[in-house]
Amino acid sequence: MLDISSHDIVLVGGGGAGLRAAIAISEANPKLSVAVVSKVYPMRSHTVAAEGGAAGVHLEDDSLDDHAYDTISGGDWLCDQDAVEAFVKEAPQELMRLEHWGCPWSREPDGRVAVRPFGGMKKTRTWFAADKTGFHMLHTLFQTSLKYDAVVRYDEFYATRLLVDDGRAQGVVALELTTGKVQAITAKAVILCTGGCGKIFRFTTNASIKTGDGMALAYRAGAPLKDMEFVQYHPTGLPFTGILITEAARAEGGYLLNKDGYRYLQDYNLGTPEPKPVLRTMELGPRDRLSQAFVKEQEKGRTVEGPYGAVVNLDLRHLGEKTINTKLPFVRELCLKYENIDPITQLIPVRPVVHYMMGGVHTDINGATPLAGLYAAGETACVSINGANRLGSNSLSELLVFGARAGRAAADYASGQKAPGRALLAQALDEEARLQTQFLRKTGGRESIAELREEMQKIMEQCAGIYRTHESLAGASGKLQELQERFKDIRMDDRGHLFNTELISALELSCMLEVAETMAESALRRTESRGAHQRTDYPARDDKNFLAHSLAYRDAEGRPRVEYAPVTITRWPPAERVYGK
Amino acid sequence: MANRITIEVTRYDPAQDEKPRFDSFEVPLRKEWVVLDALNYIKDHLDGSLTFRWSCRMGVCGSCGMTVNGVPKLTCATFLSDYAPGPVRVEPMKNFPVLKDLVVDTSDFLVKLEKSKPWIIRKVEKPLDEEYFQTPEQLEAYKQYSMCINCMLCYAACPVYGLDPLFIGPAAIALAQRYNMDSRDEGASERMDILSQHDGIWGCTFVGECTQVCPKHVDPAGAIQQYKLTATMEWVKALVLPRGSE
Repeated sequence: MLDISSHDIVLVGGGGAGLRAAIAISEANPKLSVAVVSKVYPMRSHTVAAEGGAAGVHLEDDSLDDHAYDTISGGDWLCDQDAVEAFVKEAPQELMRLEHWGCPWSREPDGRVAVRPFGGMKKTRTWFAADKTGFHMLHTLFQTSLKYDAVVRYDEFYATRLLVDDGRAQGVVALELTTGKVQAITAKAVILCTGGCGKIFRFTTNASIKTGDGMALAYRAGAPLKDMEFVQYHPTGLPFTGILITEAARAEGGYLLNKDGYRYLQDYNLGTPEPKPVLRTMELGPRDRLSQAFVKEQEKGRTVEGPYGAVVNLDLRHLGEKTINTKLPFVRELCLKYENIDPITQLIPVRPVVHYMMGGVHTDINGATPLAGLYAAGETACVSINGANRLGSNSLSELLVFGARAGRAAADYASGQKAPGRALLAQALDEEARLQTQFLRKTGGRESIAELREEMQKIMEQCAGIYRTHESLAGASGKLQELQERFKDIRMDDRGHLFNTELISALELSCMLEVAETMAESALRRTESRGAHQRTDYPARDDKNFLAHSLAYRDAEGRPRVEYAPVTITRWPPAERVYGK
Repeated sequence: MANRITIEVTRYDPAQDEKPRFDSFEVPLRKEWVVLDALNYIKDHLDGSLTFRWSCRMGVCGSCGMTVNGVPKLTCATFLSDYAPGPVRVEPMKNFPVLKDLVVDTSDFLVKLEKSKPWIIRKVEKPLDEEYFQTPEQLEAYKQYSMCINCMLCYAACPVYGLDPLFIGPAAIALAQRYNMDSRDEGASERMDILSQHDGIWGCTFVGECTQVCPKHVDPAGAIQQYKLTATMEWVKALVLPRGSE
């Protein structure tokens, strides 16, 4: 039985970007009815796991241009500079808005909001709430969103398809987990805020829910995915679990040491070691360069062999108990809990870990995709302010700035649209039938969902990781096509309607496989090295051919077709990235 | 340490089963595994229909609360080896309706949370280029309550909520208190109406189980007692002060 409901705007995803967008819509026009469709209760969203902070110019000695330059050089000149300029200008206002909404920002003794240094940033500008910034931002946004009556939540609804008619996005089909009912949720505009897709890789900081759902929804509906070859490895994850140890640990003064206790980053063009942290230098270099340095160090045999592969050591001991307990309490809690290590007295073993997607659904500066009525914001989207490598603490600010922008733009657009037409009903019925025949009523099947997922994660880690080659990427691409074929023969243990998490796992896997193909294909075609995309067969940056965004479109056979679009340069012509000077 | 351990898991599909039962599974016992890893092993390799919630696996999203050997726990922060040689019994959180297997319906909390107005209330908001100064001491006054991850372990442990589902409950009260104590907030009197109803703070008999099971060291029991005192003072003031004198 198909249920139908109707709103002015439907948001998919209830994390930081989605909630900020929902509030922006209500503030722009309180009469607009907003549906927030989320596969988890909004406060479970992965924004909750962000630790270190959110960047926005705050101190006298800082400037918007400085923040813009750090972001653009950090992104290896693949950022759209008009977007970066808007971003740095609006970030401080957005952060202050959260201050007004009750976010428990850490403070200076006189009561002003405190800021901390962060990787790749030349000035101190990262707002933080101890080392649980994302958690506090998400709960502040969620609790604040409760006061807006026009925001209607669809908690634990999984969106399986975009409804598109007459060339416009007009809602989604979603599965209600609790009942198994399929629901058509129609609207005049749709905003995708489903976050990233780190679960495509085996070793990741990402939560189990980060499966690229929104990217796949947009891609299947004809919108392109931009710059998907750029995958961020965070240099410091705990082995085995992949739990993130925030960059703030280095911003507060932590050292990265190889097996000889040597601060090895000095060998990788990142400056000379000082006892205290120096901005844009050594441990406060950008994430791509630090993760790459780890691989080189491993090749030299200077990493430590642990039970889960090579590690280096993060040393916080010299910071002392007081700093660790006030500035980094979560780091200590996580180390004690999951590694049985106390960073006050012991070294923390860390290794690079998949953390963030620079790429995503192609949007303009207002979150609009090329498909009319479809918007995207946050990690799902690629505006791009992150270019080839995102700077730590820019993503929390990004989800606020562009969540709000997408919300306002969608509100504007929706106000001028007619109510969705009847044609959508047929599409929704088709989707309901698809879920039945392909999954719930499917008989036989030999392939295990978990096994296919593990094979995908393994091949992506091996072939599309920190360093790539033509051979490795072509191999990944071939393997992904094989997995797509085998996916058609999956076996379902659970055919029930109530809270069928196996069905969700299957649908998530199909999203990840498609999104992974766009990564492999875009990476294969980018025959240069830039930021987080390092080709050992093409080690240099090639501005002549690749100062361009890749756009992956889904072709008639369901395979990615890659095109390119120019990068917007306003005031900062491409130059060399320099750190440690 | 033996290399296998038996897990007994509640199975219940209301569409098919009259009542819950336990299924037993043998899983590898690895020292770095949490109980949640064992459940994922079962789902991935032994029975794909086993149903439970999880997400971050680092104790911050609040999804994976269950009852482990009788105690409310976050299964991603509870090590399997602590229960060796086993068996380990994993059941859904108590005091909530079961939707399937280990998944319970916590939507009641969302209703109560909203009722307690967990947002900054002010007569006038400052313009966006001005911040509200808040000293570290003022931050400290409410900080611990802001650490609540809404995992619902406190509701699962609360004997009062078990008997009276109308009781607004520990986390919602702690979060109301989180805003009451925030130097930026002026909404305490608005929240007072909801919290001082019979189903509000007065429902609590101060058992303190909520504080004991909280994985984030929030002290809801303390919040409730503190609030009872405030509410009593308000009530006394209302009696003592001459009416119509404002």
